[in-house]
Formats: sequence, structure tokens, C-alpha cells
Amino acid sequence: MTRCFDAIVIGGGLVGTAIGYGLARAGLKPVLIDEGDVAYRASRGNFGLVWVQTKGLGAPHYQRWTRASAAAWPRFAAELEENTGIALGLEQQGGVQLCLGDDELARRQGIMQEMQREAGNFGFEYRMLDRAELAAMLPGIGPAVTGGSWTPYDGHVNSLALFHALHRAFAARGGVYLPNRTVAAAEAAPRDFRIALGDETVAAPRVVLAAGLGNAALAPLFGLSAPVRPQRGQILVTERTTRAWPLPLGNIRQTPEGSILLGSSEEEVGFDTAQDPAVIQKIARRAVLTFPWLAELQIVRAWAALRVMPPDGLPIYDESARFPGAFTANCHSGVTLAAAHGALFAPMIAAGALDAALAPFSASRFDVPAAA
Amino acid sequence: MFRLRPEAPAATVPVTVEGRTLLVPEGASAAAALLLAGQVSTRDSAVGGGARGPYCLMGVCFDCLAEIDGVPNRQSCMVAVRAGMAIRRQRGRRSSVTGNAGVPPACGPEARGPR
Repeated sequence: MTRCFDAIVIGGGLVGTAIGYGLARAGLKPVLIDEGDVAYRASRGNFGLVWVQTKGLGAPHYQRWTRASAAAWPRFAAELEENTGIALGLEQQGGVQLCLGDDELARRQGIMQEMQREAGNFGFEYRMLDRAELAAMLPGIGPAVTGGSWTPYDGHVNSLALFHALHRAFAARGGVYLPNRTVAAAEAAPRDFRIALGDETVAAPRVVLAAGLGNAALAPLFGLSAPVRPQRGQILVTERTTRAWPLPLGNIRQTPEGSILLGSSEEEVGFDTAQDPAVIQKIARRAVLTFPWLAELQIVRAWAALRVMPPDGLPIYDESARFPGAFTANCHSGVTLAAAHGALFAPMIAAGALDAALAPFSASRFDVPAAA
Repeated sequence: MFRLRPEAPAATVPVTVEGRTLLVPEGASAAAALLLAGQVSTRDSAVGGGARGPYCLMGVCFDCLAEIDGVPNRQSCMVAVRAGMAIRRQRGRRSSVTGNAGVPPACGPEARGPR
């Protein structure tokens, strides 16, 4: 049996649901194919930041795209909350990246300066905060903290609530969700795609590959390339406490419910999702150096998950030259970029072509230039 | 509402529950002491403020959280009583910046401390 849709989205994580929801919102009838709980599910392991100030050094197009998403977030969240009744806990009053030691602070200051220079007329507002300013703002700060950088663009959100809300809103807009399906076979022709899913086939003039790490194997079937690798990150969660800080602090943030999340690590260990006590210890040690009182708190949960990492750390967005209508979307910031994917990227796909602003994100940047 | 089973050992260990002294059997849990003291609800939820009580009594549900000897958020069902133990209901969230008395709280609706 073949069912026809306006678009097939492969991948039921944050990237796929945000795009699927955006397509349904644009009046299309999309189908969302989700591998199920056997997938690596970065969407369930993330930290929940809407984070701008560490994105796009040396790649101003990435800074602009991230800022566009941060700017789109308030409306995107309000609409999702209104349509689903699910509170997302979005707070975007800015954020601070804390530095331990003079070297870290000097490096951070250099990065912020350079990002402002690269931003040019687009602008990049930031401020370096010294220890005294931070101490007034963040009670209980440790002596190891030398300073930090602040931007008004940063924030955080309950990413599990976001994931839930995107699924709900997708279904409410008429999207069809097919869980526990893997792509058995794919037939590609320009604006004509057929995906076999075991006992049924779905067909559409558009296909969007949003399968995270699974994109690496899927992309070549559609004349695309997605050379992503797994990068492990680990997170610790403390018991709930009264409100400690007015804003998120990069690798430390407190949810509105009171839990404090501590991150994070960047580990090149392949597809290994096991936790590593040595890394957990390192995360806890840095947190306690930053706020010594955190040592009194109990850790109630900890986990490891895999980021979806392109070779240069920047997202991949592409349309297939060989099979127009086939698109890829890959990134390691499915939360930060959710608003961009739903409110900006999906409408481009609905209209049939990616915006010129996304051209630098093409995977062709990884091609070896032809020898002269 | 709750009482000791007839075959339970005699209540010989003095503890305080919400400041009131009570004898409980040796080997009983702090959660059992709370129940014996008539505290069916042993904490208020840290999120909604609703009343919660010991549910699984085997260390899984975290609904029996209580303040034991000044340490907040302990799983009272997993702690055996000791003579002189001070057990209190857990009222919402524990405070954040402990050991920093005098430091003004951060801004936000809950800056004034636990509910």
C-alpha cells in the first residue's frame, strides 16, 4: 500500500518534529517517520539551552542563523504553548558564560571581541563581567571564578516539554506520525520520492532527512552527503532547590522547577552511550569550583547522550542537486535551532528551495577541491 | 491511621518528628516514624506545593523526602532511625545557597525561599 503526502520527514527527534510541525503549519500534509526508541535520541539527552554566545566564531553565517532562531523563539514558544497547553519554561533574559582562571577569561574575551568584529553591521551585543559584578549577580560564586561574558540573546527551555509539544502540535495540524519504522528502501527521482517501510510505502514530492546520526547512511540514497559523527556529552542533575540564579550560565543552569543541570563534556568515543565516572567527576569538580555550595547537593540523575556533530561543528542544510526536493538538516543544537527549523527552514522547504543565506551550510564545503 | 503490627519489636528508640518526641522500634525507617507520628503527608511538592506521602517505601518513588538531622531531601524510607534523630517534613524545595547566610537571594518569583 502506498500513501501519498506533501512531504516525508525522516527522523522523529527535535529537528524532524520542528520541521514537520513547520511544514504542517505552512499548510502541507507531512508524514514523520521515526525509528523509535532504538534510535540514539539526542533529543532526550540534551541540556536545554537556547544558546547563542558560543556559536559561530569564524563562521558569522552560523552566528546569524542562531540569532535568527533565538529571535524567533518567543513567538514560536508562545504558539506551541497556545496550541498544546504544554508549558515550555522558556526564559530568554540573556546568559553568562563563566570563566575559571585568567587564561580562560582572556580567551573568552578574545572570542567575544572577534565575534563582534565578524558580525559587522549585523551587530553582536556582549559585555565582559568582572568578578565583583558576577558576585553581586550570582550568590555563592566561588573564588576560582575570574569573570564571564554576557549576551542578551541566550536563554533556556524545558527541552522535553518542547519535544512533547512539537509532537502534539504536529499531530494537531494534521501531520501523520509513523513510529517504530526504519527506511527499508528508498526510490529517488526529482520531486518524486518513495520510501518503503516494511509493509507500507509513503510517497511525496519532498523528503527531509532529519535523522540525526542516521543521516550519514541515508543521505547518499538521495544524492546528498551528511558526514556526521557522534560526540558524547554527559549531564548531571541535582535535587531541586530554591531559585539560585536569575539566568542560565552555559554549562550550569537551573530549571524553573528548581533542578540544577551540570554539563558538559565533549568526548570522541564513537557510538558508546555509557557513562564515564572520570568525566562525571570532572563535571562535578568544575561545578563545585564555580559554586562551592553545589557540593552539598545530591545528584539525583546523570546520563550520557550523543551529539550529532558535523566535521566543522556547523549545521548542514542542503538540497540535493541530483534529486531536487530532497533536503538534509543536521545540527548539534536541536533545541537552540528548533525555532529556526520550525519557523524559517520549514517554510523554505514548503516553498521549494532553500534561502541563499543557507548556502554556506551546504555539505559541499567538505568536498575536496578538484586538483588544478 | 497507621499503627505498629502486633509482632513488631517494642518501640524503644526516641526520635523527634516535627519537634515532638516519639518512640519507634529499632530498625524502623524514618518514614515509618513520620507515619507513626501521624504525618500521612510527609512533604510538600517542590513544584506544585501539593501534599505527598511515602508511597513505595522501598527507595524508588522519592515521595518520602524529609529533612533528617537538618539535611533536606533525604529518602526517609531508606534511613533507619537512631536515638535522637530529628525528622521534619520536607517543605518544598531546599534552599540553594546554603552556608552563605546574608547573601541576598537572586531575583525571580521564588527568591524568598521555599514555599
